[in-house]
Amino acid sequence: MRTETDDIPQSGDEHPGDLPANHYTVEPQARLSDVDTGKRRSQWAEVWRRLTRNRTAMFGLVIVLLIIFTAIFADVIAPHSFRAQNLDRIAEPPSREFLLGTDDLGRDILSRIIFGARVSLQVGFIAVSISIMIGGTLGAIAGFYGGRLDNVVMRVMDVLLAIPSILLAIAIVSAFGGGIVNVMVAVGISYIPLYARIVKASVISVKEQEFIEAARAVGANDFRIIVKHILPNSLAPIIVQGTLGVATAILSAAGLSFIGLGIQPPTPEWGAMLSSGRHLLRTAWHVATFPGIAIMITIFALNLLGDGLRDALDPRLKQ
Amino acid sequence: MHRYILRRLLLLIPVMLGVSFVVFTIMFFTPGDPAAMMLGERAPAEEVAALRTQMGLDDPFPVQFGRFVFNAARGDLGRSLVSRRPVFQELYSRFPATLQLAASAVLIAVLMGIPIGILSATRQYSAFDAMSMGIALVGVSMPNFWQGMMMILIFSVTFGLFPSSGYGTIWHLIMPAVTIGTSSAAIITRMTRSSMLEVVRQDYIRTARAKGLSEKVVINRHGLKNALIPIVTVIGLQFGWLLGGAVLTETVFAWPGVGRLMVDAIRQRDFPVVQGGVLLLALTFSVVNLAVDILYAYIDPRIKAQYK
Repeated sequence: MRTETDDIPQSGDEHPGDLPANHYTVEPQARLSDVDTGKRRSQWAEVWRRLTRNRTAMFGLVIVLLIIFTAIFADVIAPHSFRAQNLDRIAEPPSREFLLGTDDLGRDILSRIIFGARVSLQVGFIAVSISIMIGGTLGAIAGFYGGRLDNVVMRVMDVLLAIPSILLAIAIVSAFGGGIVNVMVAVGISYIPLYARIVKASVISVKEQEFIEAARAVGANDFRIIVKHILPNSLAPIIVQGTLGVATAILSAAGLSFIGLGIQPPTPEWGAMLSSGRHLLRTAWHVATFPGIAIMITIFALNLLGDGLRDALDPRLKQ
Repeated sequence: MHRYILRRLLLLIPVMLGVSFVVFTIMFFTPGDPAAMMLGERAPAEEVAALRTQMGLDDPFPVQFGRFVFNAARGDLGRSLVSRRPVFQELYSRFPATLQLAASAVLIAVLMGIPIGILSATRQYSAFDAMSMGIALVGVSMPNFWQGMMMILIFSVTFGLFPSSGYGTIWHLIMPAVTIGTSSAAIITRMTRSSMLEVVRQDYIRTARAKGLSEKVVINRHGLKNALIPIVTVIGLQFGWLLGGAVLTETVFAWPGVGRLMVDAIRQRDFPVVQGGVLLLALTFSVVNLAVDILYAYIDPRIKAQYK
C-alpha cells in the first residue's frame, strides 16, 4: 500500500464517486485525518465512512476484533491451561469451574477454544496471504502482459480450478503430512486460482486507464507500474475476497483437522476439537458443540465484514 | 451449438491431463514406498526391490507419469495397496452413493434457495428479507461436518427421528443431504436475491408491469428468466463444492461414497485410491461445469447466438 500521495494525476480525481472502487493510492490513515479537519475526503475515508454506517458490517468488525483480541491475549483470558489433562474429570458437562465443560482428556474446552482462536486465525490469515501473494502475482502478470503468458498461466489455473479446493488441500496434506505449516500451505495453494482470476480481471480493468499511460510516459518500468500504480488501484476486489477468504480458509483447515489430516493434537484447533467430540456425541454433547459454535461465530463475523466491505468499496453494488 | 459442445468436450482432455499431472506429482513426491507398504514392514529388502521393479516404481518420473495416464485413459487406475482390488472398481462401487447424495443436496439447495431468494428480493428490506438473509448467512457460516453432527445430536440422539448413519433407505439419505444442501441453499438464496434485485430494476420489468401483467407473471416469466444466469453458475460451482464437502459429510454419516473411501484411504496411506478419487471427482466437477455452460445457451438465446 502506498504511503504518500501519488504524483501521477489520477483519472478518477476529476470525477469523485465516478468509479471509486478503482482508485486507491493513498494510505487510509493518511487521509482519515483530512475528514476530521473537514478537508476533501479521500476514497479510503469515503469507504470507511460507508463501512461505519453499515451496522451489520460494524457488528462483524467488532466480533472479528474481539476474536483477534482473544487470540492475542489468550494466555491472560483463558481460565485454565489448554493442555492440562485431568483424567478424573473427563467429558464433564458445563459447570461453574469449567464453563463449557471438559473434553475427552479432561481439558477445559473454553480455554482450548480461546487458544484455538490463535491457531485458526493464524491459519486463515496466512493461508489467504499465500493465495493472494502467489495468485495475485500470477494474475497481475497474466492481466498486464496478456498474450501467450496470460494463456499459459490461466490454463494452469483452469487445471487447478477443476479440482475442488478442499480436495486439492486434502491431496497435498495427505501426501506431505499434517501440521500447522502444511495446512496453511495446502489451503493457501488450493485457493491460488481464485485470486489469480480476480486480480487478473481487476488489472485488466485498470491497465488501460490514462494514469497508467502517464506513468509509462514519465518512464516508469513495468514492475513499478504494476506494483505502484496497478495493484493499489485493483485492491478493492482483493480486500473483499481476502476477508471472505479468511473465513473459507478457516473452514477448510477445520475440515482437514476434522478428518485427522490437519493440525495435530495437542494443539487446540477447532476442527480437531470437533473431531475428538464426534465419538462422544451420544454421551457428551458439549464437546463437539462449542468448538463448532466458535467456528460459526468467526465465519459469520468475517462474512458480515466481507459483505460490508464489498458494499463500501463498490457502492454501485449496494442495492 | 453441437460444435461448441464437441469443442468443450475436447477441451476436457488437456484439463484432465493437467489434473492427472498435479495429482500424480503430489503423490509421486510423497514420502513412503508403496512396494514396502504392500509387503508389510517385515518384508525382506530384496522382495521389496523386486516388487518395486515389477510395479515400475524405479522408472523415471516421465515414464511413470506416461504409464499412469495411458492406463488411466483405459480406466485402469492401479490397485489399492490395502484391498488389492482395482482402484477403478473401488471407485465405481462407491460413486453412485456420492452422486445420489450430491444430487439430492443440490435439489434441496435449489428448492430452498431459489424461492426464498425470489421472495426476499420481491420484499426487499421486509422482516422476511432480513430474517432469510440472516439465516442464509448462518447457513454459510456453519462448517457442514459440524452441522451434520448437530443434526445427529438433535434428530437421532435426542428425538430418534432419523438413523445417524448408514445407507440404503430415504431415511438414511435425508440428514446427510440436508447437511450438505443447506449451506449451498444459503449461497443460492443470496445469489438469487441479488440477481433478482438487479433484474427488477430494469426497464423491461417496468414495461411488463405497465402493460398490466400480474406480478406473478412479471416475476416468474420476465424477472426470474433473466436472473437465472448467475444463479445457474452458482449452482454449478456448488456442485463441485458439494463433491468436495461430501468428503467430510460422508465421514460424519458413515455414507459409503467416494469421499469416505478417500478418507479411509488417506488414513491407510493408500495413495492409488486417493489419486483415483481426486481424478474422478475433478472429472465429475468438470463435466458438471460443462453441462452448466451448455445450459446457459438454453436459458439465454443471446449466448446461444454466439455459438452459431
